[in-house]
Amino acid sequence: MLRISRANWQAIIDHALSEATKPAEACGLLAGELGDIDVKAIFPCANAAPPEKQDLVYELDSGDYLRADREAQANGWEIIGVYHSHTHTEALPSPTDIAQAPDPAWHYILVSVRHPAPVVRSFMIVDGKVAEEPLVLERPAAPSADSRH
Amino acid sequence: MSVEVRLPTVLRQHAAGQSSVKANGTTIGEVFEDLVRQFPLLAGQVITEDGVLHKFVNVYRNDDDVRFLDKLATPVTEADVVTILPAVAGG
Repeated sequence: MLRISRANWQAIIDHALSEATKPAEACGLLAGELGDIDVKAIFPCANAAPPEKQDLVYELDSGDYLRADREAQANGWEIIGVYHSHTHTEALPSPTDIAQAPDPAWHYILVSVRHPAPVVRSFMIVDGKVAEEPLVLERPAAPSADSRH
Repeated sequence: MSVEVRLPTVLRQHAAGQSSVKANGTTIGEVFEDLVRQFPLLAGQVITEDGVLHKFVNVYRNDDDVRFLDKLATPVTEADVVTILPAVAGG
């Protein structure tokens, strides 16, 4: 299971929709505590694949990754996963996504903007095997005592 | 010359769980040779059998991706930090 704030969930969708107008795949990194289920922060990254291929593939910009990794570590987090979008296909890992999955402990969020309503799903990819995991939206913070009447 | 090498989570299991290790060398290539001497399980993870940088990793000297410097021949000093991160890509 992976838990994410509504704001970060919306930011991933907005990033995917904005890149889809090019059209290009959007990509970014997820940060959190190792072994924890919460995404503490997301880091949108540039797609460094050749421009004419960006609607079908992504290569996460290596400089953006280094900056995200440092910022995550400064907060006591690690990079715990990656998100990317599919412009023409469903929110499922492609054979390339599976073959190139960098870390069996990572969470892989897929966003499809193929249909008018974006679809967001999360997967674990271990030794070439894909397992979907529940992606849970964090409950908004309870109102403080002062604001209750 | 001893240089700090930072490892991504996926490689730490091959280096006794450490996130940062010290290795000796005056180039990135020499540093990685020493790294594999210390942690034989890292063999093949960063450098291919053909002796080139693996395409599934990015290696940095401080802020710079060494692919845009001199790859494995990139010089390093004790003041430098070498970082290894996965190259993240897909379709």
